Amino acid sequence: MKIIVPVKRVIDYNVRPRVKPDGSGVDIANVKMSMNPFDEIAVEEAIQLKEKGAAEEVIAVSIGPAKAADTLRTALAMGADRAILIETDEVVEPLAVAKILQKIVEEEAPGLVILGKQAIDDDANQTGQMLAALTGRPQGTFASKVDIAGDSVTVTREVDGGSETVSLTLPAIVTADLRLNEPRYASLPNIMKAKKKPLETRSPADFGVDITPRLTTLKVVEPPVRQAGIKVGSVDELVAKLKEMGAVA
Amino acid sequence: MSVLVLVEHEGGAVKEATLPVVTAAAALGPVVALVAGDGADARAAADAAATIAGVEKVLLAADAAYANQLAENIAPLVVSLMAEHDAFLAPATTTGKNIAPRVAALLDVMQISEITSVEGPKTFTRPIYAGNAIATVESRDAKLVITVRGTSFAKADAAGGSASVEEVTAGGDAGLSSFVSLEASKNERPELTSAGVVVSGGRALKDAETFEQYIVPLADKLGAAVGASRAAVDAGYISNDHQVGQTGKIVAPELYIAVGISGAIQHLAGMKDSKLIVAINKDEDAPIFQIADIGLVADLFEAVPELTGKI
Repeated sequence: MKIIVPVKRVIDYNVRPRVKPDGSGVDIANVKMSMNPFDEIAVEEAIQLKEKGAAEEVIAVSIGPAKAADTLRTALAMGADRAILIETDEVVEPLAVAKILQKIVEEEAPGLVILGKQAIDDDANQTGQMLAALTGRPQGTFASKVDIAGDSVTVTREVDGGSETVSLTLPAIVTADLRLNEPRYASLPNIMKAKKKPLETRSPADFGVDITPRLTTLKVVEPPVRQAGIKVGSVDELVAKLKEMGAVA
Repeated sequence: MSVLVLVEHEGGAVKEATLPVVTAAAALGPVVALVAGDGADARAAADAAATIAGVEKVLLAADAAYANQLAENIAPLVVSLMAEHDAFLAPATTTGKNIAPRVAALLDVMQISEITSVEGPKTFTRPIYAGNAIATVESRDAKLVITVRGTSFAKADAAGGSASVEEVTAGGDAGLSSFVSLEASKNERPELTSAGVVVSGGRALKDAETFEQYIVPLADKLGAAVGASRAAVDAGYISNDHQVGQTGKIVAPELYIAVGISGAIQHLAGMKDSKLIVAINKDEDAPIFQIADIGLVADLFEAVPELTGKI
């Protein structure tokens, strides 16, 4: 079977985002960009499933500006077989991303789509669930373990009170949580080889999907700044301070 | 505007995570609580939901297909009820986050994730970039689908209401997924997201035994919940449902004590709205000190037992 892995180019997770002074958004010009960390985990899982013989082909897909091709090359260097870039400079919300992915799923008929559980820029945590809804397929969200057996997939999910295991009929949609695996680094030879792998470029219009945002961002502001704190020199001082503030009896 | 609220429940009781959602929903319009579950447990949870102040009506959907809150079965139920409601609100718990986007896509609307305030009938604020920016967004969709960050809204009073309970027809099993098992983590301490005090440990705790030996007595002394950084969870010091941060749980207790936690962006995203933050770390340049109200630069292996003994 085929596995499709959608990946997103986002501001690098180590970069502290700066809000633009005009309140229109976060400044991403001249900021280091990388593959969304959860998507790296999704790519790794797809490649591991291929290495185990559970999948024949891994297709990486990204929706975004021309530069998102770099993110796809990273996925190819990790081991994906080919890539599709749906190029647009517009902001694409999870619902629109899910609609484009739905069309790709119709074309490619994958057995599994593995996404990251959330992107670290919009923190939405929606696209996988939405894709599952639109394709009418089951969803295994926040996955920490994925086992394919016959025509079903067993997914262990990280839930608030522990971990839950569900069985889903294939084809299915899975979203990766942090503890699913440890993504590999692309080696230099593989980075070189990735440059020769196929990368097809298309546009949202090719799929007939309207990507007009449903949400209007009125403003983006910095979170409230915390008052500067104090440093104490000893545990006794700390205890005294906590008592003075009424934090402990 | 009539607002449908997904009630999170377990063992016949309404989970606390539901209460702030009722508060957020009440800001939009009359609140109708939806209890989807199986058998006597669901019935008891519906009766409990009927006593939440601000709930006008409870809808009870009882069916074996809803026993484990599988999104494939619950989402179509919610969609069928949305013909009569204008908004669907769910807690931003793993249950809510699993179900709500599936509902939104079936209704062809964009979900608004983890709102932290209601600014108008269609305008909300929500944190983005791990809480490093707050966006105000306005929906252009006809219906609203929203998840609510519990720590940002007051809890509705669990008593004082007297709503009627009405049964709704269940749609049954979609036949796409099935529940296999739940491995619940044992936890005798307060629930992390609603605790008044949280004591969290990081990588500096060395191993699971040391974590247990230093963090737990301090937490027990304070009647606190135990939290952890991603590093501590990844290293196996404690199970992952204790993780505080962008990808773990969001907490905002009265007192948050960070022990041996450096304070990465992703961790701060989960706790920086705490009322009082105390940091104990031997590295005086650790970023946690930039947001801590009280910082103690000290070796935690000496300071924590001393602190435990003196409070």
